[in-house]
Amino acid sequence: MNTTGEQRGEGPGPDLGTAHRPLLEADALHVSFPGRGRRAPRKEVLRGISLSVRPGETVGLVGESGSGKSTFGRAVLGLVPVASGTVTFDGTRIDNVSRRARRALGRDIQVVFQDPYTSLNPSLLIGDTLAEPLIAQGVPKERARAGVGALLDRVALPRDAVHRLPREFSGGQRQRVAIARALAISPRLIVCDEPVSALDLTTQRTVMDLLLEIQERTGVAYLFVSHDLSVVRALSHRVAVLERGEIVEEGDAERLTRDPDHPYTRRLLLSAPVADPVRQQERRRERERQFDADTP
Amino acid sequence: MLAFALRRAGSGLTLVLVISVLAHTLLALPDPDVGRQLLGPAAPQELVDEHNAALGLDRPLAVRYADWLAAAVRFDLGHSWFTNESVTQSLANRLPVTLSLMGGVTLVTAVVSFVLGVWAGVRRGAVDSAVQAVGVIGYALPSFLITLIMVIVFAVQLGWFPAVGYTPPGVSLTGWLSTITLPVLALSVPAVAGVSQQVRSSVIDVLGRDHVRTLRARGLPFPRVVFRHVLRGAATPALTVLAMQFVGMLGGAVIVEQIFGLPGIGAMTVQYTTRGDIPVIMGVVMVSVLVVVVVNLLVDVLVAWLNPKARLS
Amino acid sequence: MSAIDTASRNAPARRGAVRRFAASPRAVVSALVLGTIVVLVALAPVIAPHDPNTADLGRAFDPPEAGHPLGLDPAGRDVWSRLLHGGRFTLAGAAVAVAVALAAGVPAGLAAGYRGGWFDTLADWWFNLTMALPAMVVLLASRAVLGPTVWTLMVILGLLVAPSFFRLVRSTVAAMRGELYVDAARVFGLSDTRIMGRHVLVVVRAPIIIQTALVAGMAIGLQAGLEFLGIGSGDLPTWGAMLNEAFTNVHRDPLLMLWPGLALGLTSAALVLLASALRDVLEDRGAPAATGRRARSRATGGPAPSVSAEDRTALLSVRGLTIAYPHDDGSAKQVVNGIDLEVRRGEILGLVGESGSGKTQTAFSVLGLLPEGGRVEKGSVTVDGQQIVGAGERTLRRLRGSTVAYVPQEPMSNLDPAFTVGDHLTEPLRHKLGLSRARARERALELLRQVEISDAERVLASYPHQISGGMAQRVLIAGAVSCDPDLLVADEPTTALDVTVQAEILALLRSLRTERGMGVLLVTHDLGVVADVCDRVAVLREGRIVEHGSAERVLTAPEAPYTRDLLDAVLDNTPARGPWRPREEETR
Repeated sequence: MNTTGEQRGEGPGPDLGTAHRPLLEADALHVSFPGRGRRAPRKEVLRGISLSVRPGETVGLVGESGSGKSTFGRAVLGLVPVASGTVTFDGTRIDNVSRRARRALGRDIQVVFQDPYTSLNPSLLIGDTLAEPLIAQGVPKERARAGVGALLDRVALPRDAVHRLPREFSGGQRQRVAIARALAISPRLIVCDEPVSALDLTTQRTVMDLLLEIQERTGVAYLFVSHDLSVVRALSHRVAVLERGEIVEEGDAERLTRDPDHPYTRRLLLSAPVADPVRQQERRRERERQFDADTP
Repeated sequence: MLAFALRRAGSGLTLVLVISVLAHTLLALPDPDVGRQLLGPAAPQELVDEHNAALGLDRPLAVRYADWLAAAVRFDLGHSWFTNESVTQSLANRLPVTLSLMGGVTLVTAVVSFVLGVWAGVRRGAVDSAVQAVGVIGYALPSFLITLIMVIVFAVQLGWFPAVGYTPPGVSLTGWLSTITLPVLALSVPAVAGVSQQVRSSVIDVLGRDHVRTLRARGLPFPRVVFRHVLRGAATPALTVLAMQFVGMLGGAVIVEQIFGLPGIGAMTVQYTTRGDIPVIMGVVMVSVLVVVVVNLLVDVLVAWLNPKARLS
Repeated sequence: MSAIDTASRNAPARRGAVRRFAASPRAVVSALVLGTIVVLVALAPVIAPHDPNTADLGRAFDPPEAGHPLGLDPAGRDVWSRLLHGGRFTLAGAAVAVAVALAAGVPAGLAAGYRGGWFDTLADWWFNLTMALPAMVVLLASRAVLGPTVWTLMVILGLLVAPSFFRLVRSTVAAMRGELYVDAARVFGLSDTRIMGRHVLVVVRAPIIIQTALVAGMAIGLQAGLEFLGIGSGDLPTWGAMLNEAFTNVHRDPLLMLWPGLALGLTSAALVLLASALRDVLEDRGAPAATGRRARSRATGGPAPSVSAEDRTALLSVRGLTIAYPHDDGSAKQVVNGIDLEVRRGEILGLVGESGSGKTQTAFSVLGLLPEGGRVEKGSVTVDGQQIVGAGERTLRRLRGSTVAYVPQEPMSNLDPAFTVGDHLTEPLRHKLGLSRARARERALELLRQVEISDAERVLASYPHQISGGMAQRVLIAGAVSCDPDLLVADEPTTALDVTVQAEILALLRSLRTERGMGVLLVTHDLGVVADVCDRVAVLREGRIVEHGSAERVLTAPEAPYTRDLLDAVLDNTPARGPWRPREEETR
């Protein structure tokens, strides 16, 4: 069982052996949603996804809207029901488990969502928001409150933020709060669902640096969902490309973004413009040469 | 669209049926000894039993309901326990009065609310504050109190309208107008207060949407954008509120008819309620529910016509 | 009722609520009036000078006098005492109804909204059924069966108004069920009951308090109405019954109607006013002011700036443009601060900046469509030699569409959901160019083909929700170019789209520019987009242009430090992260 990850992913090297079994492992995962209308067939969103994340590793999941990338993250978090296939965390099945078991998993798996405006309850003080995961895991209220200040330090926010409401903060600051909340109980895996997509360019960079620094310090693993290959490339050890519910390509970030095998990956890569007019012109020509011939 | 209307009509019919079962069961709960009530305490028990049996009260509830339903689908709602009048006939005599009252109220409410609401929503500023103030006052006072005030001011003090009485339109059209105007206005005030607020806030909401800016950026005149696009978007929630207000107005009509002495269903209800004349009460409840269901159906169809997305759900 | 208590008990979570309540005259006055009435009525047995039912027929209709401050009623009873005692039944009856409605509606609404599923279906159906019943008719029917029992009738009334709580709570909760913070709470391991208590109740609390005040007013009205009809509580003194007696004698003593009418009106009005004041106090979530609101952009004061000769040659010329949002206190927030821009025919100018830089405001001012509250303080905007600043609605209408056109950011929300794509395209064609219906349709099909939509016939007949985002953006571009404008203002036209679609849309813009010689003002935050399509670029920061030049020069040799910061943040040249190594090796 613990060799599956190595077999499928492009292993980091033969010397690592089998000691590092995956922390998270999805196998042939299917998820479907009810179709629109009464008798519409169910819509298949994920069609047999197999993916693993090892301890301390960042796996990027890239795709366009409707590819199912966010759904995969939500399935791992238990927010959408799994139709078939398995999700294993640290050797234990976690797909379709009881509410109680799922609640206990909150200690190990945390989340940072895309939209920093709706991922924080607008009527709760930052301090209460940050204490929430601790309280959920049974930490007494007083101790939970006491730990909040240290959390704010870790994401470089002022301590007096505790007594303020989310609306008093900018998008980037709110995302720091969301990250601090995810860190509150030292999880082993954080599912990051487009955590920097709603941010300005410069803010995006600082939040990414924060995520990297946290990983280096705590050894937490990230499942990093994004539509932006350049963000994923900078943050991930390994990248999987999702198209219409299926993984079309998977590999080391460096190799996949330099020399992709699959035409869809190539297309994604060439479609994203770079901020250099000369290079961009070359890429545009290359893209037109490769794709405009066969697509109307 | 037709399928949508039929589906809605079907669910409306189910609603009427379920309410008829509920109403029939609840109204039969206290098991009234009608024979004793009618014949007085001195009458011998056999006579009382005989009378009750004649009204069918000795049979099980389900059988009584089945009989009632079988007759009701043929428009026969039974007879009054006390006067033996045909319920259908009494309702048919009074329904036109109530329906014309409700029709007038709905028309006045819809027109006035949309004019005020759009005006306030588009103009904002002082106009808006005035419309909102009127809304709060209309909403704040119980509707029958407004009715009483209007009677005192317009009928008793100013003498513009008769305070009491009803002239059928067949007898005199102007007479009918003078007797129905005050009741219609009295019932419309609270409804206008509610609906115009909704129109106003939906107009403001739709005006703030992106597509309105884009339409204006195409060079379309602002009034055209308001009347063709904004109003259409704002109409859906406003119509829903109007349909809800209609149910409330139907209840308000009971009091208004009583105050003005209009020979409608409301006045009839009050009269029969105090006596506990179940067949008549049952008839009134069913007719009211039927009217509400028909109005809701019309609103649903109108909303679906205005809003293509609503047809899907 | 208990609205004020509830509000203050919940104070820790929203410390400002109590203070805001105290600062609102409407709230304080209505609460005071309500409080006085409740206290007077509650103390009725102590302060009423007479027994409410002691009649002295000989003194009927006597005017006010010592000991009888409001006079005597048609049966010779003391009006003041009856008023005080009558309020007890009116208010207590309404309280019962509200309590029942809360108890029935709120838990059901919470469960239905949060869990959904069969309970939701069933409860929704049941409450819809209740809503189809006219309350007054049902109350009368109940009265027919149950006899004159005021309390039972009030319980029934409570059940009849419960749907208003149910629907309110259910829709609020159902809307927030999709909120990310609720998902997050689930991931943290919060149980459903805890989520209800922590997140859901906080959100529905304010609407419930407001609705309670409204329903209380409604219950008082209905209860008094029942009493007025004489089918309520029998002999008890109530405001409704007093009104009834007074109304029968209205010709003899109209003043008798005043007191119970005033009591009823004051109570009811105080409740509604309190509800509206509470709405302002409790629902203040600090929504961003003014932005997002549309726009009857007002002409600024003063004469329109004159148009210089050089501005006539440029297609778009912006000179010293300052846009501000005035506050109520007289100060103003400047969002754009004296900027200069120029777009020539056949040229794409990129306007680059981060959120809050004022780039979108600049775009709107070119269209003369600043959001409500915003105004051009200084400067001039000329399009094709015509002044936009201070121009009348008629001039602007003529320019929009045919001289300057607009492509928005979010394709879906910019199409009216009630109209087909065909309607969207033909309306300006018919209105502005005066084409016939058939001709406009032909032209619309042509336009759709020009924006590379292959099945134009089908798209023309589709409603916005039936097409994809990329398709909708093509439709919007087709609409923008339909009346052959000289200048296109495109506000982040590809931000909401996938990269592959973005590349196609950018190619489309490029070809439109080449084929039609259009000038484009392209607002974007994406330097890659600038590199792809723009000829020149202006970098905007906090309402000022910090750098301005050819796209190639600015992107390859930036002069302003801010531009350099922006370019440094671009990830194009960031090395990929290396392969994963187990942690032990890393720390060794």
